[in-house]
Amino acid sequence: MHAENEIHFRDAAAKALQDPQLRANFRRAMDGLITKRKAQFPDPRDLQDLRDLSTAIRSRSLLCLPELLEQLEASCTKNGIKVHWAETCEQANELILGLLEARGAKTMVKGKSMVSEEMHLNAFLEKHGIEALESDLGEYIIQLDGETPSHIIMPAIHKNKDQIARQFSQKIKDAKYTEDVDELTAMARKVLREKFLRADAGLSGVNFAVAETGTLCLVENEGNGRMSTHVPPIHIAVMGLEKVVARLEDVAPLYSILTRSATGQAVSTYFNLITGPRGADEKDGPQEVHLVILDNGRSRIYADPQLRATLRCIRCGACMNHCPVYTRVGGHAYEAIYPGPIGKILTPQMEGVGVRHDLIHGSSLCGACGEVCPVEIPIPEILVRLRREATHEDLGSKVAGKGTGRTATEDWAWRLWAGVIKRPGLYRLATWFATRFGKALPANAPLIKNWTQSRTKPVPARRSLSERMRAEGVPHE
Amino acid sequence: MSDPRTAILGRLRASGESGPLPELDTAVLERRQWPAAQRPAQLRKGMEAVHTEFLEATPADWPAVVRAFCEREGLKNLLYGPASEAGAALAAAWPAGGPTLKPYDRPVEAFKEELFNGVDAGFTGTVGGVAETGGLLLMPGSTEPRLMSLVPPIHIALLRTSTIHDTFWSAVKALGWGRSLPPNALMISGPSKTADIEQTLAYGVHGPKRLIVVLVDDLA
Ligand code: SF4
Repeated sequence: MHAENEIHFRDAAAKALQDPQLRANFRRAMDGLITKRKAQFPDPRDLQDLRDLSTAIRSRSLLCLPELLEQLEASCTKNGIKVHWAETCEQANELILGLLEARGAKTMVKGKSMVSEEMHLNAFLEKHGIEALESDLGEYIIQLDGETPSHIIMPAIHKNKDQIARQFSQKIKDAKYTEDVDELTAMARKVLREKFLRADAGLSGVNFAVAETGTLCLVENEGNGRMSTHVPPIHIAVMGLEKVVARLEDVAPLYSILTRSATGQAVSTYFNLITGPRGADEKDGPQEVHLVILDNGRSRIYADPQLRATLRCIRCGACMNHCPVYTRVGGHAYEAIYPGPIGKILTPQMEGVGVRHDLIHGSSLCGACGEVCPVEIPIPEILVRLRREATHEDLGSKVAGKGTGRTATEDWAWRLWAGVIKRPGLYRLATWFATRFGKALPANAPLIKNWTQSRTKPVPARRSLSERMRAEGVPHE
Repeated sequence: MSDPRTAILGRLRASGESGPLPELDTAVLERRQWPAAQRPAQLRKGMEAVHTEFLEATPADWPAVVRAFCEREGLKNLLYGPASEAGAALAAAWPAGGPTLKPYDRPVEAFKEELFNGVDAGFTGTVGGVAETGGLLLMPGSTEPRLMSLVPPIHIALLRTSTIHDTFWSAVKALGWGRSLPPNALMISGPSKTADIEQTLAYGVHGPKRLIVVLVDDLA
């Protein structure tokens, strides 16, 4: 049994709720994203058909996952992309470090990659004397402050213009203070162009990997992804093992529903298909392309028929944009790489349902996430399932840390309840006391306090239902 | 301990009750169709919404249209691929004097500094367009290197109206991309942009600040 849990989403959330600036930043951003997404799906039938198709494509890919991964490896190898496998983040980090050190690389520019966040790759490389520089503007902004992303698509969404203006003027050499977004963007452009030009290596994530053609698909607006993958002499791509699909035709609907669900764009500025390193007669492009396929708990999630749906995720972020909890507390309160609804089901499955017990309970189960998810992941149902797994060791599943989410208090409460409910005399006595003296219980008594903090204390009826039934002569039992 | 590859694939295999594959109903993709004559307008609508600029031209006068643009904007030079079809045609019709054509004819290692700091604009062809959302399809390669459409601050792209497809999906099928692809292929819908600062759109963050499409009407 687990002791009282270590990480407390509840506390972090309560703190975030006290920050009016943070709440305003998120509210404005989320409202904008919700409106823009809605405008992209004017016809409900089209939307449902596209969701059904996308869900079917992702489910199919998962059904043949081992075969597709092997096919992907074979196709990539044929194209000249070197494929590596890593079971854990440590393995993946070591692998990448090895590749960089063998080539004497000292600097690396990065396109956006949530998997590399999962690996804590930047910190790892820095420890080994390699500069890993984020080049997505949002990632660059948070890296300057040593922060983690607060949203999977818009990592710096928690900051407003003034905060960024202050930050740039302090941290970028020779920068003047300005709140003009174009000028701020131009400053970052100047710094990062220089970095692209000189970087020894580039790293990117992968949005979709196509098994049949051995192609890595990258979705982006800024061009930093193309810069990171085409300018430096070596490109390393990292992907979670679930990212593979069978054919390029499968990518078209997924791409369409991804950009529309994520940022309300019909299409991204760039959709980059990388199928190999620089060809024999090409003049640019990386000399080497490497693909690192990471497991990190995914194969365990895969083993469970219900939880496997978690791996359908295309990381659009729509579930967080529509989540009433996320919108109010922001991404950092989750203290996890993946915040919001998808994070609430993914993080506990990766790190253990016991240690991240707080996350699976940090939901009102309103259902908004499941409703907007483009690949129809039943997030609320999975949350309920994980809540059960957290307190039961014996459900026959492979869930990480199952049964370790019980707390001593909870355990005692249930035992007490069971003891009382099984003994009719005791039960009657307990209800008699509760109805007569429940009112006198102070609102700040332990346990009751959790409820009354933000709600009025419920007042028990003066007599229990069975007492009244008996008194009024209603036949029962 | 087995190697990671064997271990991972072994775990995935052990979990597989690989049931029947769900059917794929692609009707929603097939519904998106336009008559050929309407596709250019549909493409423009999508691309103009994200700040792409269009120049209209005919199969005969497009090199002059490109030249006039360079002069009007005061560009000193234009990067082009001398061995590409569009590049060769442009060079053949380029008058002496004024903005110069700069050939991308060396490996980038000998050219990086100049490419980043000494080029005003890059000129490329396209292999097609996408009407539904607006987008250009490019297949960079030996004759038109990858960075031509990325590093210079202005990208000028030649698009023939007859090559515009309905959707990305139909283009992938028509171009045979699903069977084999060159080392790099891409779709571009506008100049580089970001909304990472307070959701405010800003153009020209890392890639080109302007995208100019020279739209050659060859449908008539
Ligand atoms: S769970 Fe669904 S809505 Fe959330 S990020 Fe993944 S695909 Fe998008």
